[in-house]
Amino acid sequence: MSGLRKILSNWLPAYAFLYIVFLYLPVIFLPIFSVNTSASPKFPLSGFTLKWYEELPHTPALLDAAWNSLMVGVSAAILSTVLGICAARAITRYRFPGRRTINGLLMAPLVLPEIIVAVSMLLVMLQLGLSLSLVTVVLGHVLVCIPYSLSVLTSGFEGFDRSLEEASADLGESAFGTFRRVTLPMVAPAIISSLLVSFTISLDEFIMAFFLTGTESTLPVYIWGQLRFASKLPGVLALGTLLLVGSFVLLTLAEILRRRAARRTQNTGGVFA
Amino acid sequence: MPERSKSERPMIEIAHVTRSYGAFKALDDASLTIREGEFFSLLGPSGCGKTTLLRMIAGFDNPTSGSIAVDGQEMLGIPANRRPTNMVFQSYAIFPHLNVEQNVGYGLKRLRLDATEEKRRVEEALAQVSLTGLGKRGATELSGGQRQRVALARALVMRPKVLLLDEPLSALDKKLREQMQVELRRLQQAVGITFILVTHDQYEALAMSDRIAVMFGGKIAQVASPKEIYQRPVNRQVADFLGGMNFVKAEIVEENGASMTVDTLGFGRVKTDKPAAFVRNGKAATLGIRPERLRVLWDDAKDKHEVAGTVVDRHYFGEITHLIVDIPGLEKPLSVTETNNFGADDIPVGAPIRLAYDPDALVAMAD
Ligand SMILES: Nc1ncnc2c1ncn2[C@@H]1O[C@H](COP(=O)(O)OP(=O)(O)OP(=O)(O)O)[C@@H](O)[C@H]1O
Ligand SMILES: [Mg+2]
Repeated sequence: MSGLRKILSNWLPAYAFLYIVFLYLPVIFLPIFSVNTSASPKFPLSGFTLKWYEELPHTPALLDAAWNSLMVGVSAAILSTVLGICAARAITRYRFPGRRTINGLLMAPLVLPEIIVAVSMLLVMLQLGLSLSLVTVVLGHVLVCIPYSLSVLTSGFEGFDRSLEEASADLGESAFGTFRRVTLPMVAPAIISSLLVSFTISLDEFIMAFFLTGTESTLPVYIWGQLRFASKLPGVLALGTLLLVGSFVLLTLAEILRRRAARRTQNTGGVFA
Repeated sequence: MPERSKSERPMIEIAHVTRSYGAFKALDDASLTIREGEFFSLLGPSGCGKTTLLRMIAGFDNPTSGSIAVDGQEMLGIPANRRPTNMVFQSYAIFPHLNVEQNVGYGLKRLRLDATEEKRRVEEALAQVSLTGLGKRGATELSGGQRQRVALARALVMRPKVLLLDEPLSALDKKLREQMQVELRRLQQAVGITFILVTHDQYEALAMSDRIAVMFGGKIAQVASPKEIYQRPVNRQVADFLGGMNFVKAEIVEENGASMTVDTLGFGRVKTDKPAAFVRNGKAATLGIRPERLRVLWDDAKDKHEVAGTVVDRHYFGEITHLIVDIPGLEKPLSVTETNNFGADDIPVGAPIRLAYDPDALVAMAD
């Protein structure tokens, strides 16, 4: 046993290091080549330039795609967060039959092959006679985002001591006042975190958007379209880098808020008591 | 504790309150009157319905049937936020996103007082619970005892007609708990508000209350002063819950209004009060006597009322010794607690012993 532990403790850091390199090396290439003067992504690098970035705002199709993504992202984020709030509140507050099953079903899109879900969604939309548009993309994205919203919100709501709301009512506050002065401030970080996470996921999501959109494209769909033209590659890399940085910032922010929400709700029970 | 002259005006009237969960009755036809300015305790084992009753007074739950009135006003249909009661929660329920001052001032915000008046009342409440100067502390930076005081101040600042406390001391360690018992009692006397304390700790209830209601299985078994509850429990269950009690089988010889004469094997013929709630069961009755009401007779000391037996066991508890004494004729040996002033801790097991008792200490009760 101790021999195995020794081997592990020697090799685990090396393994972890390799794993991280494998995971993130390709991601590092993206920003590196996006500031390279040469149009083809090859080593050695030929020089530093920001021209690929400067060209971005002068591409109307890209601006349209960005606007579409923004609209879809905001709608999907709001919808999945609102639905997530209802579900998370029910799951954390009430004990009802099938609670675990429902929770499991809501989390399932996380592990289902996305392409299968996308094709099924497409079939459903067509059966319902909906014409494909950004609206159908939003619906698809809500489905993808809900598991993330739900887990962020559940962790924020969990341990929310119900007696806090009762204490507020006891001190004379109305139901609405209690929501405004106690419930909201305590779960606001989790809600914002859920909005950020689902927005980011919608922003980066490709398969659903590809299957469910009509003529308008979102950013990932636009990027996919550009990849056919070798000359457009540096622009795509620049755009990709921006998306990467944006996502990273949003997700970090979301995680910070989620932790703050969890901390708030969790130490109401009297840590010292 | 000095008796205070207190108003007899009823503050809370609970009439035939039942709370059912399906077929299970958490409260079963409970009736109770609590007077103005009283320190009243609901005492009973876990699950007997204490919290259920308290939450119905506060307005967090409604009776399945029956009525609750506070200060003469029927409470049915009045939501918690419009009742003249405030509660100290078992978990304290301190708002974690607010500091001490904001927590205490939470309810005052609704009253729209001017800023100086609001501040004055918050300061006053903090002073009442000895938290002066801690107003700016964050709610998460408090010790258990301090959280408890904040919860108390937050409720007191509202000047309620009734303050409800659900096991407020159970999360504190023994020393702090005893200190808070004294403080809570002093505070109640200072503000004169009716306090209703829920507890499962009989010593806490005995030490703090003007009156106690003992509850079992959703029913109120007895309502009386601590002394009455301790010395004259209505039945074996109440007697047992409030500490050790020796039970002696008896046979009723004669009943005479509020008193009766019974024959016992160990204690002979005894005249005793007949409790109001006495349930008769043929000629059989049960007498009880507390272990500390039996006194060891040393050497050739004599008493009008004594029993003789043999020490069969002895337990040492520092300031007292617990003797188990077998008395011929009694089915169970008696427990006797004796202070260690005179050497009770040195009485050898197997020694003959004589015990004196006051016949008044032998109380009849229902089985
Ligand atoms: N929502 C509920 N559904 C079903 N049964 C309940 C519910 N709330 C309380 N009970 C039951 O009612 C009974 C009384 O509960 P209550 O909380 O009043 O007990 P308690 O005397 O305060 O006990 P403790 O000292 O443990 O706090 C318990 O048996 C409990 O299981
Ligand atoms: Mg309780």
